[in-house]
Amino acid sequence: MLRFIVRRVLVALPVLLGLSIILFLFLRLLPGGGPAEAILGQHATPQLVAQVTAAEGLDRPLYVQYVDYISRLLRGDFGASFIDGREVAGTFLVKFPATVELTIGALIFAVGLGIPLGRLAARHPNSWIDGIVTVISLFGISIPVFVLGYTLAFVFGVELHWLPTFGQLDPRLPIDPVTHFAIIDAILAGNWYIIDAVAHLILPSIALGTIPLAVFTRITRASVIEVSNEDYVRTARAKGLTDRRVNDRHIMRNAWLPVTTVIGLETGALLAGAVLTETVFSWNGVGSWVVSSIQNHDYIVVQSLILIFATIFLTVNLIVDVGYAFLNPRIRYS
Amino acid sequence: MATATGITIAPTARVSRGLWHDAFRRLMRNRPAIVGMVFIAIFVIGAILAPYIAPYGPTVGSLANNLQGPSPAHLMGTDLQGYDEFSRVLYGARISLTVGVIAVMFGLIGGTTVGAIAGGAGGLVDGFLMRVIDVLLAVPGILLAIGIVAWLGHGEIQIMLAVGISYSPMFARLLRGSLLALRESDYVTAARSMGASPVRILLRHMLPNALTPLIVQATLAAATAIIDVAGLGFLGLGPGDPRVAEWGEMLTDSSRFLQSAPYLILFPGAAIVISAVGFNLLGDGLREALDPRLKR
Repeated sequence: MLRFIVRRVLVALPVLLGLSIILFLFLRLLPGGGPAEAILGQHATPQLVAQVTAAEGLDRPLYVQYVDYISRLLRGDFGASFIDGREVAGTFLVKFPATVELTIGALIFAVGLGIPLGRLAARHPNSWIDGIVTVISLFGISIPVFVLGYTLAFVFGVELHWLPTFGQLDPRLPIDPVTHFAIIDAILAGNWYIIDAVAHLILPSIALGTIPLAVFTRITRASVIEVSNEDYVRTARAKGLTDRRVNDRHIMRNAWLPVTTVIGLETGALLAGAVLTETVFSWNGVGSWVVSSIQNHDYIVVQSLILIFATIFLTVNLIVDVGYAFLNPRIRYS
Repeated sequence: MATATGITIAPTARVSRGLWHDAFRRLMRNRPAIVGMVFIAIFVIGAILAPYIAPYGPTVGSLANNLQGPSPAHLMGTDLQGYDEFSRVLYGARISLTVGVIAVMFGLIGGTTVGAIAGGAGGLVDGFLMRVIDVLLAVPGILLAIGIVAWLGHGEIQIMLAVGISYSPMFARLLRGSLLALRESDYVTAARSMGASPVRILLRHMLPNALTPLIVQATLAAATAIIDVAGLGFLGLGPGDPRVAEWGEMLTDSSRFLQSAPYLILFPGAAIVISAVGFNLLGDGLREALDPRLKR
């Protein structure tokens, strides 16, 4: 098992190295002049350009700059924003918890609803239940996050006044940002403020979780139907086992395998989807930070965030692969 | 049996007339796929005939007349600038559909070229190209397209390229996978033993057989491309030309009026969803039509 993990890590490292080279060149090869011009914008004075070039060492040979860039990355130094001068790493640690909360919320919604729906459809294939589930998953993969987000905000926020549609917490509540996880901070503040934090999380989670919901429903349905036709399932039924025992022990244990892989893949996609969801719901996480950084041409931040997102994505994939090998011993020896 | 009376026998009437002909016939019998094609056709016709159908131009109207609800004069109301929303949805189909479809074509051309070289050449070339693909795939989902647009700047061509590049790894991997499987097949061995050149084997024998999954995937990708292009527009990374109507950008503008003018979200949003549903239904239909072994 350890050898398997080591091998997977060794495969991921060159990918990150390659990406770091591309992102390093990204800033240096920006259309419209050198990196200093790109950072300062088109109205920069020559003096300012020279100043930034000297301060950042942009006049050194590219390979020297790259080695410098990498050694700083390894020390956890992702550079500083050119708009407000703040360290990328520091701001990231403040904003990332909000994105994690949103991603987990979306995952709970998608897994909690998608897998039962898929099982339900698989138990009655080609029935009207299956038809409804198929239509739901078709719309799930066809509706953009922001269209669904605004629709939910309109129905449950503007019209019904059931749920908040803006931010992570009611700003009037006296909650100190200790961990920057809104729910944990709300629990620490007591007074049942957690209800407010959870209420804020519901609509963004549904908006972000709908695409994975559709994907999980489809894959669960297909997987359960496939396993149900296996000989050992027929044997189990012939033995006279109860329906429930056949479902839980013989079908689901095997049907889980492809489902877990897809859940892992979609977790990475959720991080990217958070970019749109956070913008719709004014969610103060990493996703909305990416968008504002691009709009402000804050290239250092964009460069670092893409690299961080990719690292997280690869790590999640690694965990999924290891989990999969744990669940399915056949993989380990291939 | 019925042969004696000369009544046509079902099996002989269903004689196969080639792969594509059979696939087309199966597609035409697939009801969801027909619905998908109708959805797509509505927007294609709307886009082509926009100057004749649309009651106004995409940028005709006055501020005095802005944010009007749907009425006989303005079927879908008017937006912040007082432009007719119905006309803008029609003109928007031109940008959103063409940018989405051309982006997929860019991705298909780029991806299949890389995939064909990798799967055809094998060895070191394959290893190198696949590592490049891995690097692109490490940036999840729409974030890669967002990063490329941030680099290339605004404009329709830039969006097509960005979405195209972000889709190319998928096509490259798909084609490479099929080619590697086909290399070991008997008819490729036969062609090689008859002295066919590697290029001829690749183009004449392997590619045609690896084509069907690419067609299905490209059709499904058109649905996500339309959504992604609208997403870029929504984030303010769209064509950036106020004279052009684009569905994603229309949503950004109107999101501030969720309370007073929800119809400004509803109509462009519905246009995106219906066209994406159309391509998804057509893609699923093509999958079933091109692979008769696959039964739902």
